Amino acid sequence: MRFPKGPHTPGKVVIEFEGVNKWFGEFHVLKDINLQVRERERVVICGPSGSGKSTLIRCINRLEEHQEGRIVVDGHELGNDPKSAAAIRKEVGMVFPILNLFPLLRVVYNCMRGPSNAGGFSMAEARDRAMEYLARVRIPEQAEKYPGQLSGGQQQRVAIARSLCMQPRIMLFDEPTSALDPEMIKEVLDVMADLAKSGMTMIVVTHEMGFARTVADTMVFMDAGRIVESAPPERFFARPESGRSKLFLSRILSH
Amino acid sequence: MASRRKGIRLSWVDCIVFAALIAAAAYVSYRVDSVLEYRWDWSGIPGYLYRWDEDQQRWVANLLMQGLFTTLRLALWGIVLAAVIGVLFGIMRTAGRLFPRMLSRAYVELIRNIPPLVFVFIFYFFISSQVMPLLGVEEYVRNASAGTLAWLEFLFGPPKLIPNVIAGILCLSMFEGAYVTEIVRAGIQAVPKTQAEAGLSVGLSDRQLMRYVILPQAVQRVVPPLAGQFITLVKNSSIVSLISIQELTFLAVETAVSTMRMFEVWITVAALYFGVCFCCALLFNRLERRMAVTGP
Ligand SMILES: Nc1ncnc2c1ncn2[C@@H]1O[C@H](COP(=O)(O)OP(=O)(O)OP(=O)(O)O)[C@@H](O)[C@H]1O
Ligand SMILES: [Mg+2]
Repeated sequence: MRFPKGPHTPGKVVIEFEGVNKWFGEFHVLKDINLQVRERERVVICGPSGSGKSTLIRCINRLEEHQEGRIVVDGHELGNDPKSAAAIRKEVGMVFPILNLFPLLRVVYNCMRGPSNAGGFSMAEARDRAMEYLARVRIPEQAEKYPGQLSGGQQQRVAIARSLCMQPRIMLFDEPTSALDPEMIKEVLDVMADLAKSGMTMIVVTHEMGFARTVADTMVFMDAGRIVESAPPERFFARPESGRSKLFLSRILSH
Repeated sequence: MASRRKGIRLSWVDCIVFAALIAAAAYVSYRVDSVLEYRWDWSGIPGYLYRWDEDQQRWVANLLMQGLFTTLRLALWGIVLAAVIGVLFGIMRTAGRLFPRMLSRAYVELIRNIPPLVFVFIFYFFISSQVMPLLGVEEYVRNASAGTLAWLEFLFGPPKLIPNVIAGILCLSMFEGAYVTEIVRAGIQAVPKTQAEAGLSVGLSDRQLMRYVILPQAVQRVVPPLAGQFITLVKNSSIVSLISIQELTFLAVETAVSTMRMFEVWITVAALYFGVCFCCALLFNRLERRMAVTGP
């Protein structure tokens, strides 16, 4: 499948990292990160385990705090203004590597919590919106079930709908298919591809190179806390520049 | 989850154990009879549960039943208040800010490290001399209209004893609240951090996160230990007999002393406590199963 690359009007910069450093205690997890993401751009981040990919994107919605440098998301500089975390999180959706729907709430209420509590919508409006996005991820018929009654792939799609219900401008995906059985991976990736087509700004951490190839505008390769390479997928897959990305690609594409 | 009942099949081991139990019971009652020369006489006991009132021409609750009703009221209100205290302090205990955390910690440690009796004596003195006048319960009851009074009587028992009962409820719930606090804290801390991250990432505030995401899961997790603690509360309600709260144990002492029927009265009282606690246990079991069904 050849994915139609979006309407390529590279918008203004919505996420900017400038000389960002972060430590977990003594451990230097992010080293001098510089990165720009534009509106409607799709960035795929890959790299070996422990290289800091999750930490990087979790800094964007402030689940982690950086210690040095500047991160600007949608015009807000993170860390300076105390109200920014909540404000940022309404603009930035996130899907996690593990299944973490709210287990005691029906699927539709999982999706309504954000709009009705954080977004200030009435329950009826929130429900309409939840149903709209559940339809977008192709499981409106599961709305009244509990998360535990859904397959992993369905749960991850609900998680996507739950984030979309806040109508974020940016979506972060942290290995959304890593906890899934192979036969469920495709249904989740398809939903993500749809979302990309609609023009959403996306940062995706994944090892699904087929997905990366077709959807990404930019590939970012991380190793040991640094961004080692950043290139369009055509160039990244055909002629990786660094030895490390070559090695990584040969390992990951060989199976 | 299908829970099929196991069929009742007795093996010879069961038979021996059963026979041994009967023999032990017979031996004990024989010793009481012969050695203590105790003459069993159960005939008066029902009269202390209910008696025929000539003036009103109907059966009315006598001492033991009055005591039981007071104990039930103590237990019910105690459970409600202890749960409120426990949830509040349990949340404070896991708060990010230092002051609420310290306050909650101090409360829990203070109560856990003092014998219940000592706590009750000290706290009762404080309540009866400071808190009750402040609340103005006595005055409120005195000035209440007939309609309110009927409600108050239903909720807290005979009007004359309301201040007395409320003092008991406060003592009991302050005491048990500390244990509930610890249980709630453990429940909150057992909810995976990823749940909080999911909530935060859809823009919930800390308070909304606690109310809609963390607390419901914490409560579901702690239903079994909480049930145990509430049953303990029912039993511990007998402690407040020492500060003259007129509940079952208090009135049982009076009855036993005035009738001289020690064993009969106390065995009856034990049966009453057992009945109440066992019903609670069954109720909580059902609740637990119900919550498991609606859960994941
Ligand atoms: N809260 C934390 N405290 C201390 N160290 C941490 C913490 N979170 C992550 N780390 C460490 O930081 C490093 C980077 O972690 P991160 O989760 O960002 O890696 P990753 O690239 O996402 O790896 P993976 O592909 O396995 O998900 C790892 O070595 C990890 O052990
Ligand atoms: Mg990761």
